[in-house]
Amino acid sequence: MDIVQLTIDNKKVVVEKGTTILEAAKTIGVDVPTLCHMKLEDTNFENKPGGCRVCVVEVEGRRNLAPACKTECTEGMMVNTHSVRVVNARRTVMELILSDHPFDCLVCAKSGDCELQSLAQNLGIREIKYTGAKSTYKGDESPAIIRDMDKCIMCRRCETACNEVQTVGVLSAINRGFESVVAPAFEMDLDHSTCTFCGQCVAVCPTGALTERDSSSKVMDAIVNPKKKVIVQTAPAVRAALGEEFGMEAGTLVTGKMVSALRKLGFDYVFDTDFAADLTIMEEGTELLDRLSKHLAGDKEVKLPILTSCCPGWVNFFEHQFPEMIDIPSTAKSPQQMFGAIAKTYFADQLKEKREDVVVVSVMPCLAKKYECSRDEFAVDGDPDVNISISTRELAQMIRNANLNFEALEEDDFDNPLGESTGAAVIFGTTGGVIEAAVRTAYEVHTKKPLERLDFEELRGMEGIRSATIDFDGLPINIGIAHGLGNARKLLEDIKAGKSQFHAIEIMACPGGCIGGGGQPYHHGNMEILKKRQKAIYEEDKGKTLRKSHENPFIQKLYAEFLGEPCGHKSHELLHTHYYDKKKKVEI
Amino acid sequence: MAKYKNHVLVCGGTGCRASQGEEIVYNLNRVIEENGLEQEVQVVRTGCFGFCEKGPVVKMVPDNTFYVQVSPDDAEEIVKEHLVKGRQVERLLYTDPETKKHVSESKNMGFYKKQIRIALRNCGFINPENIDEYIARDGYASLGMAITEMKPEEVIRIIIDSGLRGRGGGGFPTGLKWDITRKVESDQKYVVCNADEGDPGAFMDRSILEGDPHSVLEAMAINGYCTGANQGLIYIRAEYPLAISRLKIAIQQAREYGLLGKDIFGTGFDFDVELRYGAGAFVCGEETSLIHSMEGLRGEPTVKPPFPSESGYKGKPTNVNNVETYANIPVILMKGAKWFSSIGTEKSKGTKVFALAGKVNNVGLIEVPMGTTLREVIFDIGGGIKDGKKFKAVQTGGPSGGCLTEKHLDIPIDYDNLIASGSMMGSGGMIVMDEDDCMVSMAKFYLDFTVEESCGKCAPCRIGNKRLYEMLHKITEGKGTEEDLSNLRNLSNVIKDTSLCGLGQTSPNPVLSTMENFWDEYMAHVKEDKCPAGQCKSLMQYIISEEKCVGCTLCSRVCPVDAITGDKKAPHVINPTTCIKCGACFEKCKFGAISIQ
Repeated sequence: MDIVQLTIDNKKVVVEKGTTILEAAKTIGVDVPTLCHMKLEDTNFENKPGGCRVCVVEVEGRRNLAPACKTECTEGMMVNTHSVRVVNARRTVMELILSDHPFDCLVCAKSGDCELQSLAQNLGIREIKYTGAKSTYKGDESPAIIRDMDKCIMCRRCETACNEVQTVGVLSAINRGFESVVAPAFEMDLDHSTCTFCGQCVAVCPTGALTERDSSSKVMDAIVNPKKKVIVQTAPAVRAALGEEFGMEAGTLVTGKMVSALRKLGFDYVFDTDFAADLTIMEEGTELLDRLSKHLAGDKEVKLPILTSCCPGWVNFFEHQFPEMIDIPSTAKSPQQMFGAIAKTYFADQLKEKREDVVVVSVMPCLAKKYECSRDEFAVDGDPDVNISISTRELAQMIRNANLNFEALEEDDFDNPLGESTGAAVIFGTTGGVIEAAVRTAYEVHTKKPLERLDFEELRGMEGIRSATIDFDGLPINIGIAHGLGNARKLLEDIKAGKSQFHAIEIMACPGGCIGGGGQPYHHGNMEILKKRQKAIYEEDKGKTLRKSHENPFIQKLYAEFLGEPCGHKSHELLHTHYYDKKKKVEI
Repeated sequence: MAKYKNHVLVCGGTGCRASQGEEIVYNLNRVIEENGLEQEVQVVRTGCFGFCEKGPVVKMVPDNTFYVQVSPDDAEEIVKEHLVKGRQVERLLYTDPETKKHVSESKNMGFYKKQIRIALRNCGFINPENIDEYIARDGYASLGMAITEMKPEEVIRIIIDSGLRGRGGGGFPTGLKWDITRKVESDQKYVVCNADEGDPGAFMDRSILEGDPHSVLEAMAINGYCTGANQGLIYIRAEYPLAISRLKIAIQQAREYGLLGKDIFGTGFDFDVELRYGAGAFVCGEETSLIHSMEGLRGEPTVKPPFPSESGYKGKPTNVNNVETYANIPVILMKGAKWFSSIGTEKSKGTKVFALAGKVNNVGLIEVPMGTTLREVIFDIGGGIKDGKKFKAVQTGGPSGGCLTEKHLDIPIDYDNLIASGSMMGSGGMIVMDEDDCMVSMAKFYLDFTVEESCGKCAPCRIGNKRLYEMLHKITEGKGTEEDLSNLRNLSNVIKDTSLCGLGQTSPNPVLSTMENFWDEYMAHVKEDKCPAGQCKSLMQYIISEEKCVGCTLCSRVCPVDAITGDKKAPHVINPTTCIKCGACFEKCKFGAISIQ
């Protein structure tokens, strides 16, 4: 290993060759302020265009200031991170950025969670000497994401997320000079682009330029409407992150408090998307075994590997980018949509309510879910199975609006019948969880033997692409896992080229899976937060008495009373969907 | 090949073509044919002669008569008088402004006397669309020599010893750059020619490509041989259609002659050149931006290192040189490093091409040895300031450069002296200003350009230049304060200090250098609400002198906004709030009664 020795703020530092000044400074406790830079450890996300110039430092012998995030340490380098020249430059650059930014912090969705705001505070900017015109851009409001580019500071994080991490390629810098902004080509609306609404752009945006469409007021409208029965479902990853919004340590499980809060907000029934996750496993697992047994019987037509389909960002991705492969993913709907379909049939019948008088609200870690529930095929006569989808952040805001002291809330339990779930459903919230849940059920159904070990460590972790072979009592099943659409693309290219060795692949659009979803509390680049959420999810699974989806008594009851059998006629009608070739839908 | 007794060289550069150069060629051919001279006389479209002020230029060979400001109608006389009767058409000859005598040969004209044409050696001499003419002037001999007789190291040694530095603006030693690229190991390397000339008013590279495209192709092939690249790419702006078409012809001809393509001179060396078109973004002259643009990405820079010589086009080692740099290469190999390094100053060897523009009598394209003084360029070659006005400043280096004044006129021009004086060589734009030019407005003009051309990637350049422009605008409107001036200086320094690429690192130079050299002018705008040059309209006031005005009413009749009132035969008055400062009254007044204050 090549090492270099340098001096930063009069301290000697020894680092590996290739280390940036920013990283080297960190090792001696010097935090050089940054704005555009963001690095998510363990993923392939690193945004360092060197564009904001806030991290400039003085390097002896160099004509101009050096961006610490982009400048590699060299032997004998003398760095000063806080000379008068540096501080003046940094503050002036910050003033410039602020001079081209709206001053509506008080009513901005990101207020208090804005990196620009906190940096301005840290630098103590109290006046802006360089005032002038502000750049303004066309607004863009899709069902999931709102773009207010007047607030864009050209950090390019969204572009990196969209192009390099997700390989979706919708966002890029357009125009020149003062008019430069990140936008879809020709400034078309996201809705008309090939955007998957994964929301990773929102997750990394340091300002209020990219936010979710806030539907919380619609939820309150439904709650106060006496004619409506309002049902809420909460996705597994929400409970592992919601507490962060109230100052709790990342990874604190707040399931009981969340249920309690939802009840206090006035929902008539507080249910769990996890119930539908168990249902998903019944359907998807059955579909997997069906395709597998046909394959083993020599059927050349059968499509393998089977791909999971619970992630709406991922569904959008293959519909836009791999339309020739739309017959490969499982036809099972996502848990959100399965829940809606059951709630508006089976449960509405129990309530003796018409489906249009039942309002299904979902709380999701996800922004693509907002889009998903608005898809035409998920509605009956114009009445959507899931009426409104809100994010973890929106729920937190509703709790704050209701003046609830979240930490002090008592723990409460979900309602039945759609609130009961197994540990297999809980782990849907992390990368690898869906396939692990599927394996737990498929193994027992296929081998008709009880599983001896339930924790498939080989399927867990944060690696972007993982694989493992699970022994189904003599039958080796090859499993692939990808999270982040860029990683998904790699596996898809393999399938397309006929090189894939997998029988089943789990794909989640967001890095980390749903725990890293676009609707979660902002991680601001700290990957430890995602890891803690993941740990919490596995802990919840471990604490459950029932950890296999097919053992969920309410699922068993649902099949006995209503659905018949997995992948049966009724299931197909309610719980399965089809996909569209969206390649031609791009309008310019 | 047909042998002609006479050649009529007609400037085929973009400028002269725009002044009916093509019609001149057409008419000359027509009249030559009418007079049955088509076997004896050939009309040749050449590249730029440089003396654009006097274009279109027509040169008669072999007697070297140099006709200026020729119009298509003159073709008949040129043929009948000069070619048929052997008499010069005197009225088309250049008149020396001092002696008032006709000068028939260019070498005796002030404009050409102090020039040495190395990069422009073939411009105005050969038909750029005919490879044979290039070969006849030793073209491709250097390539042949290099690849058949020399090792790459030996060729690079000559380039290093010649002292040639990059003509695109940076002034990096060319040979060293080649050597760095050569030493990087890679399965694929590229040679790139930067023809993204973007300075306002500059046309050095365009003229070379239009007038002598083969010199660039030959140099790129030599570079390919030296660095181990077999693919050349010319990044040229699409607004240069003539240069593009001549390059295409040149590439085609070179391929036909086996001078580009596979197994050149039977040595096994392969090299070919392709064109890549730019959309005219100034920032794409910066090499990393240029490479991104060629790759189909947004034309914006990335932080160096890595330098293109290590990781350039498609991540491969790429040697980027500018057009003029390449144009020097074949001659240097032909005549040797010693010859080249004997021209110029200690650290800047050879010559530099400038596009001389602005308020000089002889606007045009010039090539002078390094070390020539600004005074020689402006007064001897440029013929001094137009209309007998007073010289005020000269902007070198385009929008990245700075303005130089009277006190800098005797400084020998080279890379280091220009930087020491607060400007830079740049690619060779040179704009001369006279006493009527307001220096604040001048800085504003360049900032307007930079604001438009910033790629928007880094905050100081994207927002900072806009703010500089806004402050300058405020000052020219008479609304500036002394605080603005101190903010202007601080912001300029910060932009230079923090910007990502050369564009932002130099864009405040026009502001800083005008503040340095014309501080009083800034103060006059700010403290006295006056524009000493009388250029800032908001600070101007037209006033009618009561004594001089005879009440002829002419001014009130031409005023488009009825701002002038007064009875017949009585002094008139201008209402300053209605006046739009169009100057119509000032132009019309026959009694000199209207003045600007």
